[in-house]
Amino acid sequence: MNFVRQAIAYLLTVRNWTGPVGLAARLAEHLEYTAIALGAAALIAVPLGLIIGHTRRGTLLVVGTVNALRSLPTMGVLLLGVLLFGLGAAPTLVALALLGVPSLLAGTYAGVAGVDPAAVDAARALGMTETQVLRHVEIPNALPAILGGLRNATLQVVATATVAAYASLGGLGRYLIDGIKERQFHLALVGALAVAALALVLDGILAAAVWASAPGTGRLGGYPRRDRHHTCQ
Amino acid sequence: MHYLLTHLDDARALTVVHLRLALLPVLLGLAIAVPLAVAVQRAPLARRLTTATASVVFTIPSLALFVVLPVILGTRLLDEANVIVALTSYTAALLVRAVLEALDTVPATVRDAAAALGYPKLTRIMKVDLPLAIPNLIAGLRVVVVTNIAMVSVGSVIGIGGLGAWFTEGYNTDKSDQIVAGILLLFTLAVVIDGLIVLAGRIATPWTRAVR
Amino acid sequence: MTDPGATPDAIVFDDVSKVFADGTTAVRNLTLAVPEGRLTVFVGSSGSGKTTALRMINRMVEPTSGTVTVGGADVATVDPVALRLGIGYVLQNAGLMPHQRVIDNVATVPVLKGQTRRAARTAAYAVLERVGLDAKLATRYPAQLSGGEQQRVGVARALAADPPILLMDEPFSAVDQVVRHELQDEILRLQATLHKTIVFVTHDIDEALTLADSVAVFQRGVLQQYDPPETLLSDPANDFVAGFIGTGRGYRWLRLIDAAGLPLCDVETIAAERLPGAHPDGWALVVDAAGAPAGWFDGDTASRLGSLLRPDGNLSQALESALSSPSGIGVAVDAAGRFIGGVAAADVLAAVDARRRG
Repeated sequence: MNFVRQAIAYLLTVRNWTGPVGLAARLAEHLEYTAIALGAAALIAVPLGLIIGHTRRGTLLVVGTVNALRSLPTMGVLLLGVLLFGLGAAPTLVALALLGVPSLLAGTYAGVAGVDPAAVDAARALGMTETQVLRHVEIPNALPAILGGLRNATLQVVATATVAAYASLGGLGRYLIDGIKERQFHLALVGALAVAALALVLDGILAAAVWASAPGTGRLGGYPRRDRHHTCQ
Repeated sequence: MHYLLTHLDDARALTVVHLRLALLPVLLGLAIAVPLAVAVQRAPLARRLTTATASVVFTIPSLALFVVLPVILGTRLLDEANVIVALTSYTAALLVRAVLEALDTVPATVRDAAAALGYPKLTRIMKVDLPLAIPNLIAGLRVVVVTNIAMVSVGSVIGIGGLGAWFTEGYNTDKSDQIVAGILLLFTLAVVIDGLIVLAGRIATPWTRAVR
Repeated sequence: MTDPGATPDAIVFDDVSKVFADGTTAVRNLTLAVPEGRLTVFVGSSGSGKTTALRMINRMVEPTSGTVTVGGADVATVDPVALRLGIGYVLQNAGLMPHQRVIDNVATVPVLKGQTRRAARTAAYAVLERVGLDAKLATRYPAQLSGGEQQRVGVARALAADPPILLMDEPFSAVDQVVRHELQDEILRLQATLHKTIVFVTHDIDEALTLADSVAVFQRGVLQQYDPPETLLSDPANDFVAGFIGTGRGYRWLRLIDAAGLPLCDVETIAAERLPGAHPDGWALVVDAAGAPAGWFDGDTASRLGSLLRPDGNLSQALESALSSPSGIGVAVDAAGRFIGGVAAADVLAAVDARRRG
């Protein structure tokens, strides 16, 4: 229990939060890696998922890619990358982006492909172009699933970014790795608690986003207001 | 490739440990998740409580769990028990959600018919609900197993064992071929086991393959 | 109500009401006795309480007040599982177990009751045959069967353990018209040999009138009338019942009367091979070598037949035969399909008149 008390004490000391290697800085680094990796993953996965989900062609490709990427050990890819291309954020970010792709791709594809075919059919019959169908019917209805995929991807990336510290990078993992290496277990605990807290907060935000994006509930309040004041004469 | 061939014994030993660390939690997780899901499926309050708790547990990165559990359990960081408990909690939490969703897909009419025919509740769950939930469950199970295999290699960073050791060793000794060997081996393992699960699922559900 | 003492009552509702948790009253003070060995139909529109009443018999729904008695025992005192094992249940959309082969679906209740799977399967083949299904289907999965076939399996499943009581909840609403009529005929045929106590729920008044020995009309949870079909048609208890039966009450009534006693009239016939060069006075029926009707000929052109009146037909079919015929005369055939006489619409109406007076 000594470790716990030490860890809490550490967390409560303001000095440990400030400075270039303080908690705040590490937190920012962690968030930065996460955001960039997820952004890159989304850039690849979302358009791919939208197209394949909309056209329903290449489903085998999606399933195969998702399964293959999930089977790839991120740790290995990350360390290999650093070994080959030197220290620096790039290899880590590539590895983390690859980690995020499966969930985003699976979520996007499932979301778009799962939209009520009757609604899509009706939209086409009304005269919408394929792009319009995608934008106005499929994406709004697929949004919860897409955001759900983002939620899963975020969890995995945040968790694995912790390990990026092994490759001498920053982020909250620093506390974990250094703490274990230097036998200062309370530091490891600080890192663990901080990462756990970060994960929970991000997950909470994304869960709210998934909830809010549910179509047809008006939760995003997107309905245009009508002019109320015209009189009948 | 060359590295793998010259270190087969090492590979075998590490693979055994790796699979044990990754798959045992899945079995234990199922043993916890299935009865739990069955129990709370129709009890709205208990169900919400269970899914909320499960959500928290699997949101916490396992690496963090590895570190926090010794404090709670009194195990040491690198005890295999520590890793198994951490991964079992994670897996059980994920599986509870997956099993609940799978059970939800059993059509209400089928459940109603089973009750009206005279199936006692437990028999109905074992012979009707669970078999019909298998296809959906397999999908969730695949993700869990593959993720666990990857998780164990992440844990190598703190020295828990398994094939992840090849990553850390290779990195520290500048041997990229060792890392590559590790990647290939783990990738193959994951793909093969994933395939086995799919196969098992197909065998267990002959009715899904019946053609009209 | 049923004739007291004629047949014992298999199922008795005694002032039964059902109020659901959200406050809706599904069944209100239902008192009704279902006689043993007869087919009783509960009919009404959706929300009338007919299905709720049915499901109180096998305790899928518990009454809020009142008692439901099955075979002399209050169902509330009987173990629900034991009760259900002794009552056959057929639902809409069959409700077959998708993960079991047809033969195992049929064998479900005997197996639940303790019979070995092998013995139950063997017996199940006999039941399949009885409901008119090919043994070939036994090893298939439900998804491989058509809607009509699935419904038959559902009936077979309900009959497999030979329960004295059969509950059927809108079993034929999900199939198309043609299949529905086949299945209705099947039930009547089975009932003629098995004499089970059947309670059948439907929203289709025609189905009710076709199948029932007695009809119970429900509306908003209240029993409106409980009588044999003829009484329902001739003496509706109130405006609702009259309205529910709807227009065509008179025509429907025709369906209930056997055409066996209808006099047939003579019709000029021509053998098919003598057709070219024939000069009939007016319409003549063209008959083939076997004696079966093939069409009508009026001296210039040949026309198709209208509908036929068969030996087991009713007055509605007799009238239809006359009305649909190009000559205005209906065609009656025997069991082998050979022409036996003509049907005049006037004779049908005369028969109706005689019956009304007699």
